Amino acid sequence: MRPGSMGGMTATGERETGTFTVKRGLADMLRGGVIMDVVDAGQAKIAEDAGAVAVMALERVPADIRRDGGVARMSDPALIQGIQEAVTIPVMAKARIGHFAEAQVLQALGVDYIDESEVLTPADEAHHIDKWPFTVPFVCGATNLGEALRRISEGAAMIRSKGEAGTGNIVEAVRHLRSITGDIRAVTRADSAELFGWAKELRAPIALVREIAETGRLPVPLFCAGGIATPADASLVMQLGAEAVFVGSGIFKSDDPARRARAIVEATTHFRDAEHVAKVSTGLGEAMRGEELSELTERLADRGW
Amino acid sequence: MEEPAATVGVLALQGDVREHEVAFGEVGVRTRRVLRPADLDGLDGLVLPGGESTTLSMLLESSGLFEPVEKAIVGGMPVFGTCAGLILLAGRVEDGRPDQRSFGVLDCTVRRNGYGPQRFSFEGRAAPATDELGTEPVPAVFIRAPVVVEVGPGAEVLATEDGDGSPVLVRQGHILAATFHPELTADRRLQQMFAAMARPAACHGR
Repeated sequence: MRPGSMGGMTATGERETGTFTVKRGLADMLRGGVIMDVVDAGQAKIAEDAGAVAVMALERVPADIRRDGGVARMSDPALIQGIQEAVTIPVMAKARIGHFAEAQVLQALGVDYIDESEVLTPADEAHHIDKWPFTVPFVCGATNLGEALRRISEGAAMIRSKGEAGTGNIVEAVRHLRSITGDIRAVTRADSAELFGWAKELRAPIALVREIAETGRLPVPLFCAGGIATPADASLVMQLGAEAVFVGSGIFKSDDPARRARAIVEATTHFRDAEHVAKVSTGLGEAMRGEELSELTERLADRGW
Repeated sequence: MEEPAATVGVLALQGDVREHEVAFGEVGVRTRRVLRPADLDGLDGLVLPGGESTTLSMLLESSGLFEPVEKAIVGGMPVFGTCAGLILLAGRVEDGRPDQRSFGVLDCTVRRNGYGPQRFSFEGRAAPATDELGTEPVPAVFIRAPVVVEVGPGAEVLATEDGDGSPVLVRQGHILAATFHPELTADRRLQQMFAAMARPAACHGR
């Protein structure tokens, strides 16, 4: 049973907005698709033309945030509005971890999903946003199953792996996906007493742990983010259990963004068809350069808890 | 003698494919994912799920599915579209992209994302306009849903939205389409209705 789907039936003619079913529902509609980071209306059009299911509006892609340093905050509303006017697909935007006032502003702007994101500088060192009072849905990053369940208990309607944003290096996203899906498989094999042990170990509500034991999946869609740079990267994470992919720096830091974007869309849909992935991977030009993880001075994935 | 069970294809390029599979499984209909033209062979019906209609339109073309699906529908294969699926079937689309292709087989005009951004998505009810669905309202989840702004003489309205009375379930012969997501609720009346349309014994004129 989905949390919130027990919500009271409306009286005749009433429309109930912001229910968990409605929040999760948009995540469901994005499954099998690609959500692309864009910094202006021109990039947003390229993303939509390439078949993106949604765009993430932000001032700098994670690779530039990493390079520039300083405090990374919510984008200027004018930038978000410009992107909303440019495309017909859903527009997402990022708020800082714990910065519920930024989230209120984004909801007022009419963004379709808020990413409470470790890519921005956290605003609260102890608390994520209480996401239940909002009408707009939230996606949050996670590195493991416990973190995912804590975010869901706070009201997140979509979980994405954190990966290591802005690196073009898929290794962390793979680690996070394998950790989440591996622990889900282990939970489904646990007996009823062991589930309490899992809840303790994961620092997660027992009700959510029991739900996973019954269904074998998270109560919300699991997407992948952080380091996807090639069509084969998209195929890899989809085969590892991701239900859709976010591509941040990987598209617009490459040689030919339009072609690469299209190729990643194709590879996400036909992720099991290696011949198709081979075809769309051919002659794409240079991918983003990427970073070796051991050379990083700061891990964005360590933000949040 | 028992009728052979129907097999319905679910277009699996993008969107909430699994929910349709589960919902049809609950009414005894087998499903098969459709990702390439060969997957259409021998189907008794086809479901066009919710998703992003611009993305689905592009992927239908690049996967070589657009023409075979169009041919199958025109040839009489029963088809059920929900949300983005309805947009793909509609004869006329407002606020779409200029290059967005639809099959254009359903005599109605639809406005994409007709209720506004996601914060206006809602759970409501669809009031039956036909005895075939009984009298109880159908629980209806609208996610950035399209609005049917006009229904031509070729199509019939089977249900209307409680709030503003606009058409939310439309049928034209072997084509059934909803602006909402019957696959996201527990009510199975629409799946049963489509299962009857896709019954192998039924004459589809093929």
